Order: sequence, then C-alpha cells, then structure tokens
Amino acid sequence: MIIADKKPIEEIIQEVKDYDRLLVLGCNECVTVCEAGGKKEVEVLASALRMHFIKEGKEKKIDERTLERQCDHEYLEEIRDVIDQYDAVLSLACGVGVQFTAEKYHSTPLIPGVNTCFLGANEQRGMWTERCQACGACILARTGGICPISRCAKRVMNGPCGGSSAGKCEINKDLDCAWQLIIDRLRDLGRLDDYEIVAPIKDWSTERSGGPRTVVREDVQV
Amino acid sequence: MRLKCPANFRIIRLPCTGKIDVIHILRAFEKGADGVYVVGCMEGDCHFKTGNFRARKRVAQAAAILDKIGVGGDRVKMYNLSSGEGPLFAQYSIEMDEKIRALGPSPIKVALQAKKEAA
Repeated sequence: MIIADKKPIEEIIQEVKDYDRLLVLGCNECVTVCEAGGKKEVEVLASALRMHFIKEGKEKKIDERTLERQCDHEYLEEIRDVIDQYDAVLSLACGVGVQFTAEKYHSTPLIPGVNTCFLGANEQRGMWTERCQACGACILARTGGICPISRCAKRVMNGPCGGSSAGKCEINKDLDCAWQLIIDRLRDLGRLDDYEIVAPIKDWSTERSGGPRTVVREDVQV
Repeated sequence: MRLKCPANFRIIRLPCTGKIDVIHILRAFEKGADGVYVVGCMEGDCHFKTGNFRARKRVAQAAAILDKIGVGGDRVKMYNLSSGEGPLFAQYSIEMDEKIRALGPSPIKVALQAKKEAA
C-alpha cells in the first residue's frame, strides 16, 4: 500500500490559516491503514485546528469528512454538493488523492495534510518499510521475490556491490543488503544457479524516468 | 471510606483505559475542560494485557498536540492505581485539581466564554 506520514500540525496551521471554511477530508484506504489520514486522524486534526483557531479568537468553520477513496471519481463525487461551502480542502489522502481532488474541484484550493512516502508493507505496528518503486517491469521472479530496485540503495541489477559488508549496506549498518537477502533466499529455494544468470540491462522507460506513466486497459474499459 | 475529593471533575467510565483515544481527550478540551486525567490499572496488571500502556501513549500523544496548539500538554496526565486504592484515587484527584488551578482556566474555555459573552 501507499505509505504516508503525518505532517507537523504547525506546518498545517500555517497553510490553512487564511481560510475561514475548511473541510478536512480523509481517505479510507492506504492512509487509514498506515494511520496517517483516516477517519481517526481527520477527527484529531480537525479538533486540534478548531481549538487552535478558537484560542486565537478566529471564527472558523472546520468540518470533517472521510471518503472511501480519493483516487476514484465516484467517491469524490460524494462531496460535490457540499464543496461550495468551503474555502479550501485539507486532504489527508496520499499525493494521488490530493491531486485527483484538486483536478475534480478546480476552483477549490487543496492542501495536503500528509507526506506521501513510498509503497511499502506494515512490517510491525508503527513501522512501515519500502518494498516497491513501481518501476513498471517486475523482475521479482528472477531475484527470489526480493526487489533490488526498491531495497538496494544503488538499484544494482547484478549485485551485491562492494559496499555490502556482513549482510548490511554501506549506507546504513542497520539496512540489509538486498543482494545478500536475494542470495540467501535463492540458496534456501535451491535456485542458486539463477544467481549466475547475468541480468540484462533494464528497460527504465517504464519507470519514472520515462515521464509520467499511464496504464490503458482496453479489455476493462466500457 | 468517605474520602474527600474535589467536586469539580466528571468521571467518565471506560471498560479499560485501552479504550481511550486521543480524540476523546481532545474533545473534552474542545468542550471547555481545563484538564483531563486518565486513571488506569497498575502497569503490568492490565486484564487486557496492554490497555493501560496504550492509554499512556495516547495521553502522551494528546499532550503533544495540546502543546503544539498552545493549550498546554501539562493539562493531561495518566495515573495508575489498583482498584483497592480509593485513598490514592482521592489523592490523585486533589493533586490534579491543584495542578489545574495553578495553571488557570484552559485558553479554549476562556475563548469560548468570551465568544458567548460577545454574542
């Protein structure tokens, strides 16, 4: 899922201070699971903002709403009848949700309430780690199910590099060397011969370096 | 036991302090409370194992938010005692009452009252 982290309240206050009618808009998907922008976080942030502005003696309307998703037309349509009641929307969705909401409600300023971080897994309660960089051409079948693009600092395709030491990466002694993990797993799977196969030069055009990407699936289009 | 304790606090009963969430504490302040204290079981004695530890963390989170918005994180506190410690419960309520009196009314309460008077 998409992992996001909360923005500091001070930063949010600075961004919203000029708007008198604000909608704090949460998202029920990824940001709910990573506890950054779900219904609970919307309630807490809206309450904190209301208190801050009451204390400052400012009269502001700060409402709360959480949509099923902010990256789908049908759920975003749910706020069409109320959007005119607000001067701005503080969206706690990921960057996708914020932008999609901004595109849909062109005349309403959108403010992000979270920092969108990466595609990751919930490794343990309160800890999320990166697992995918959405390169658009998955090679996990060849690397024992461990991704050298997202988990190797250098994105080395035929690793490890010389910076791998005792199974750790040179950039951080707490960071596992992805290629050490790959070799260990291939050995456990009895497929260490796969390691001998030199990976071809990767086609990076499906990655971000090829510009913003689009997936078109005519088979599911109506 | 006929213990003396301040009459100016309202007890909100929970099945376990693990039930409390940051928003419950913030809502109390939003409605004009001057302080909130959470009284849970002794650490290590939670019937649900980690309820009071979770509560302690959430109290700390609420305090951090209150600090950032200028209400003051020292207006919230977590206490632990066993169900047989009535005198300690009374003592904690007196302690909290004195602490909040020293801090004065919550700025939210002051602002809400000013707004009411202006209306």
